[in-house]
Amino acid sequence: MNHWAFVSAAYAVTLLGTGGLAAWAWLSMRRAEAAADSLRRGK
Amino acid sequence: MSQPGVRHPHPGVDSVGEGGYWLASTVIHALANPTRFLKLARPLTPILFWAGVMLALFGAWGGLTQTPADYLQKESVRILYIHVPAAWLGMAGWSGVAFASLGYLIWRHPLASIAARAIAPAGAVFAALCLLTGAIWGRPTWGTWWEWDGRLTSMLLLFFVYIAYIALARADSDRGGDGRVPALFGVAGSVLLPIVRYSVVWWNTLHQGQSIGLTSSSIDSSMLWPLFFTIGGFTLLFAGVVLMRMRALLATQKVEARMRRMAAG
Repeated sequence: MNHWAFVSAAYAVTLLGTGGLAAWAWLSMRRAEAAADSLRRGK
Repeated sequence: MSQPGVRHPHPGVDSVGEGGYWLASTVIHALANPTRFLKLARPLTPILFWAGVMLALFGAWGGLTQTPADYLQKESVRILYIHVPAAWLGMAGWSGVAFASLGYLIWRHPLASIAARAIAPAGAVFAALCLLTGAIWGRPTWGTWWEWDGRLTSMLLLFFVYIAYIALARADSDRGGDGRVPALFGVAGSVLLPIVRYSVVWWNTLHQGQSIGLTSSSIDSSMLWPLFFTIGGFTLLFAGVVLMRMRALLATQKVEARMRRMAAG
């Protein structure tokens, strides 16, 4: 049994999970803060 | 409650307890001010996030290339460097949800409710990563992807509790609730934490017992050091993501409040 295939799969899943979480958190923060700023400026 | 500077007539356990309560309350209220929080959170978000990414990458590099393979688990032992931080953050995340929920129920400060709602998705992702990396590790090591073992089952329950909390918090927010129901659920769900923690002691099934304690470890130091970097790195990254979510929720609340004012006026 090739153990490296399992190691690679575990690291890939972690990279996808944390990367996806960070991207979603960052994009939703940017979008929400931009909406709040534009409303404050009265655009 | 005692007032600061007022001399207590009977100094003793009660006055110390009340003084502690007053101090904790003052510190929490000072930090829970949304303007003060945002002033602190804006510069802290990228610092925590990128420091976490750097530390986690360094730890992963060390775990993949600089440590020896285990004589029993072979190369699959390297999954430990991501599985343990994921398990830690899955549990620490719910501790954060429970403390923030308790803070909301006691002090009724909306920032505590926002903190709980911001922590939940990150905690759910790390609980899911713990289950997935554990299953991937289990196949070459135990010969099975899944077993209804005490630790695995209690961790799966914790993941479902996260999902239920997220759904409940969203439903409460959509119907204009005051956040008390999700906060009560956040506190009640903490009953799972000791079950997850002590499952390997109470039920002697497939998952191995505790390998790392506060003062000692059964893992050799030549294999242990990258774990500290991945645990520290993922924890900082988690904190950065929670700050991003809190900022997003605060901004959304601000927009909704202004829209309500505009509609009313």
